[in-house]
Amino acid sequence: MKLIKKQKNKKADIIQNQIPWIYSDVVKEHFFNPKNFLKLEEEKKFKFNAYGEAGSPACGDLMKFWLWIDPKTEKIKQCRWRTFGCGSAIASTSVLSIMITEKDGMKINEAIKIKPQDIIKRLSGLPDIKIHCSVLGDQALRNAIDNYLKK
Amino acid sequence: MKRVYLDYAAATPVRPEVHQFIKPFATNNFGNPSAIYLEGRIAKQALEQSREMVAKNLNCRPHEIIFTNGGTESINLAIFGIARAYKKFFKEPRLITSRIEHPAILEPMKQLAKEGFDIKYISTNKFGEVNLSELKKYLNPQTILVSIMYANNEIGTIQPIEKISTIIKKFRKNKYLPFFHTDACQAANYLDINVNHLNVDFMTLNGGKIYAPKASGILYKKSGLSIDPIIFGGGQEKNLRSGTENLTSWMGLAKALDLTQKEKAIEIKKVKQLRDYLQKNILKIPQTFINGHPTKRLPNNINVIISDVEGESLILELDKAGIAASTGSACHSQSLEPSHVLKSLGWSREKIHGSLRFTLGKYTTKKEIDYVIKMLPKIVQKLRNLSAIKTI
Repeated sequence: MKLIKKQKNKKADIIQNQIPWIYSDVVKEHFFNPKNFLKLEEEKKFKFNAYGEAGSPACGDLMKFWLWIDPKTEKIKQCRWRTFGCGSAIASTSVLSIMITEKDGMKINEAIKIKPQDIIKRLSGLPDIKIHCSVLGDQALRNAIDNYLKK
Repeated sequence: MKRVYLDYAAATPVRPEVHQFIKPFATNNFGNPSAIYLEGRIAKQALEQSREMVAKNLNCRPHEIIFTNGGTESINLAIFGIARAYKKFFKEPRLITSRIEHPAILEPMKQLAKEGFDIKYISTNKFGEVNLSELKKYLNPQTILVSIMYANNEIGTIQPIEKISTIIKKFRKNKYLPFFHTDACQAANYLDINVNHLNVDFMTLNGGKIYAPKASGILYKKSGLSIDPIIFGGGQEKNLRSGTENLTSWMGLAKALDLTQKEKAIEIKKVKQLRDYLQKNILKIPQTFINGHPTKRLPNNINVIISDVEGESLILELDKAGIAASTGSACHSQSLEPSHVLKSLGWSREKIHGSLRFTLGKYTTKKEIDYVIKMLPKIVQKLRNLSAIKTI
């Protein structure tokens, strides 16, 4: 009896795994396991010297970035974010947070050059309909860097 | 894990009794009902028996039933069929509908506006009930059709169809026009579809929502009313819907309709109990708001706004947890426009993005609802933790 049940489950899994998800595997990973978002408990503890946001709740997407930029090297050492939005909006913010902090951190003069296409490429693509609305992370990032430079 | 399917307003499975009933006509009795040899006559007989079965359940005569390939097609036939047949008699022909209709109504209306028709859209209150005094205001001697849905697909609000038909009857006195059509696609499982009670001239039903195969529908057209066809060809369905009869699906629709009408009272009680239980528990999540009318609502519908989260994200997380539901968020739609129904209730775009719809059905169990009650708060919390909007 147990064996039959197991086999049945296995079959169902195979069927499900053959059905493509609506986004790429990279989007899937970042949506379900988002990296570097600002947790409630770190709210007061997280040290930052740059803040920026982009989008609007009415349009369905709002992104916020908090950065710690090393004043000597001008590299982004730490990054936190929060996003209100659909799957691709959350995933695109998460992947951008990795792009700017990996390998010892990205210099801010490099970071301001990041385009939506760079983020989409790193996500292994997005459906056409989502490209315009859900990739706002680069704007939020530039706003944060502007905020730092004005200080 | 077994899936928990809570999107019965989108699609229903074909129920086993219906499947059994139509099987022989998919394989053995496949003849074309227009043929005069035996295979054709067998098919023709099944077609006419199906028509009788539908008519019996609507309390009308068989020749008042036109089979079509779905709800959208029935509605298009009613709207364009009426508009084209009567346009020539009026200078400024008017069509009246509501703001919360299905796109199958609203898009034909938009098209007819381009063709010179004067379209009036009745607004609703915050529960989604149409404003009857607006209807009275809009009715004029140029009006040829009023089309108001019976029950809304998103929020489940039920419209007072009998009251509306009384208003229209009173207005037209002893004239034919304006006609009254109701889209009853979501209503057939739970509401009274007796056309004499409802007093409608046209009514649309959809098999895909009542446990029959998809791409099956009917248009009820009151005896003696004449409309133009929109599909031209071999002249099937009294010349109003050319094309070889979709016999198995139509038989399925008839059988399913017969069963739903017989089981209605029991089904309402069962599904309402589960719905109320789920609703009560969803409302325990802070900053959640139920849409639709508190009582005049389909017993299987819950449409809830969950602040600070976006609908597509909710659907993706629920899907991963094995639960199928729906949302009115723009990010989930092809048009990238948030739900026009929720807009009509007065919600801001931001809130509409956080709407979630569960529609229960025949096969929904208490165990499934308990699982949703367990998973949903966790999912909402996870997304609220990442959210850039914090109402609480």
